Amino acid sequence: MNLLTSAIGQGMLYGITGIGLFLSFRILRFPDMTIEGSFPVGAAVCVTCITNGMSPFLATLLAFVAGGLAGLATGVLYTKGKIPVLLAGILVMTAAYSVNLRIMGKSNVSLLNTKTLFANKFVNSLPPYFNSVIIGLIVVIITFVVLNYFLQTNLGQAFIATGDNEAMSKSQGIKTDTMKIIGLVVSNGFVGLSGGLVAQNDGYADVNMGLGVIVIGLAAVVIGEVVYGNLTMGQRLIAVIFGSIIYRIVILFVLQLGFNTNDLKLISAIVLAICLMLPALRDKFQIQKVIEKGVKPNDTSHAATK
Amino acid sequence: MTQAMLQLNDVTVTVTNGGQSLNILNHINLSVNPGDFITILGTNGAGKSTLFNVISGNLTPTAGQILLDGKDITKFSEEKRARYISRVFQDPKLGTAPRMTVGENMLLAEKRGQRRTLGLRHLRQKKPQLLKELGLFDNGLADRFDTPTGDLSGGQRQALSLMMAISAKPELLLLDEHTAALDPKTSNQLMAFTHQIISERNLTCLMITHHLDDALKYGNRLIVLNDGAIEGDYDTAAKAALSKDDMLQFFDSAIA
Repeated sequence: MNLLTSAIGQGMLYGITGIGLFLSFRILRFPDMTIEGSFPVGAAVCVTCITNGMSPFLATLLAFVAGGLAGLATGVLYTKGKIPVLLAGILVMTAAYSVNLRIMGKSNVSLLNTKTLFANKFVNSLPPYFNSVIIGLIVVIITFVVLNYFLQTNLGQAFIATGDNEAMSKSQGIKTDTMKIIGLVVSNGFVGLSGGLVAQNDGYADVNMGLGVIVIGLAAVVIGEVVYGNLTMGQRLIAVIFGSIIYRIVILFVLQLGFNTNDLKLISAIVLAICLMLPALRDKFQIQKVIEKGVKPNDTSHAATK
Repeated sequence: MTQAMLQLNDVTVTVTNGGQSLNILNHINLSVNPGDFITILGTNGAGKSTLFNVISGNLTPTAGQILLDGKDITKFSEEKRARYISRVFQDPKLGTAPRMTVGENMLLAEKRGQRRTLGLRHLRQKKPQLLKELGLFDNGLADRFDTPTGDLSGGQRQALSLMMAISAKPELLLLDEHTAALDPKTSNQLMAFTHQIISERNLTCLMITHHLDDALKYGNRLIVLNDGAIEGDYDTAAKAALSKDDMLQFFDSAIA
């Protein structure tokens, strides 16, 4: 039970990364590698601020800002420097490694004996691991409300249109470069926020913690899509969170089978690869129905809202 | 004399290809009066699309000057010109955002060239008015208000693109063979509707077409492009005297 609770909590915290990725990969259709840098940048900034006595709340907000700055760097390299977006992301991701070492001063900083969002009077009174679920839920709700509103605004619509049809957006007078930069900033901001939250939940920040984050985030997006199919924009955001939780549960299940944690990245990649192949496999074997049957009953809360 | 809506002064576009430079637009001088509906004919490679790209800001001319309503817009970006100029492309895929619905696309177009703010788009409140607009052309678009445009037929998409181009009145409307990808019947319907809406709303319009009948039938002026230069410029009277054979002859000699 504890393991499951923990998986759900982690699913929500990493789900924020999934939402960030949704903005870049799905709406803008950018293969944005920056997130492997913005995730640890968020963690590093957050942990460093907390160990220097800043309030955890403010430190978490700064994690968002730091991630957003990484996104800004990629956005400017891409739109103004005309560097392909994949390469721009890799450059920022690589640079972020050194920046993180500078911020933290060493490769790993512990949060032992400090105040975090996950350790205050209220959440400590909850059963074990429920702190991450509650904090995760609060952040997920705030993220959803803000993003869902944004995407319904004129600016948000222009942002969606930019990813959908750039030529048409330009002819409608949308400043597509600005939209791309905004998208990358917001996307990486959420990834940084997610990094800050995960670091607080884990109790440390590590300079290598960004490794493979893109796979985790993408898995959340893709599993959400595979399981829930056609949805409105708002529903898709929620599907990403559910996708992230499902992914955590799958990983938990695999580890329970006796696999070593060292194999985790391999397993993550395989899980994502299978999910990505699903649309192709689905046509061959019509397995969509099987999967829907296998997953939906676990998830009555969502089924009820549909 | 009234001031020209659009004025091209000595506009030239040069491309270098394998060390040789080629003028794909060669010292074009053109003056378009308010309310003009000009059809443009020309062979492939005559520079028709380049001309539109230069006017819309998609391409910066190598030399020359572009004036819109007396204002020099040569240096304006495409996004900035969108406030005054709207365009319908030949390819139905280019004109609309495929994952967004008909209604959402119309809302995008309503704000053409304006600042996009953090205000809500008010899709629901504006729906009746948008439906009324879409209902002007009877091809089922209004019934598909909440359908992503990627699921529409080519004809519906082109009609929507045209609606979007005129929903916020443009000072200049550019139609780039907007009926070429459609079947003859749909093409004729859309062309008739185009003609109707242009005269009703008194729009200034340039229309590229490969359809000789359309080029002769519609508009008050005809321009023939060849090798990046204006080869023929026929006003209403001269245009009325032209026959399809004259045009065919011209094309034969242009290719030969």
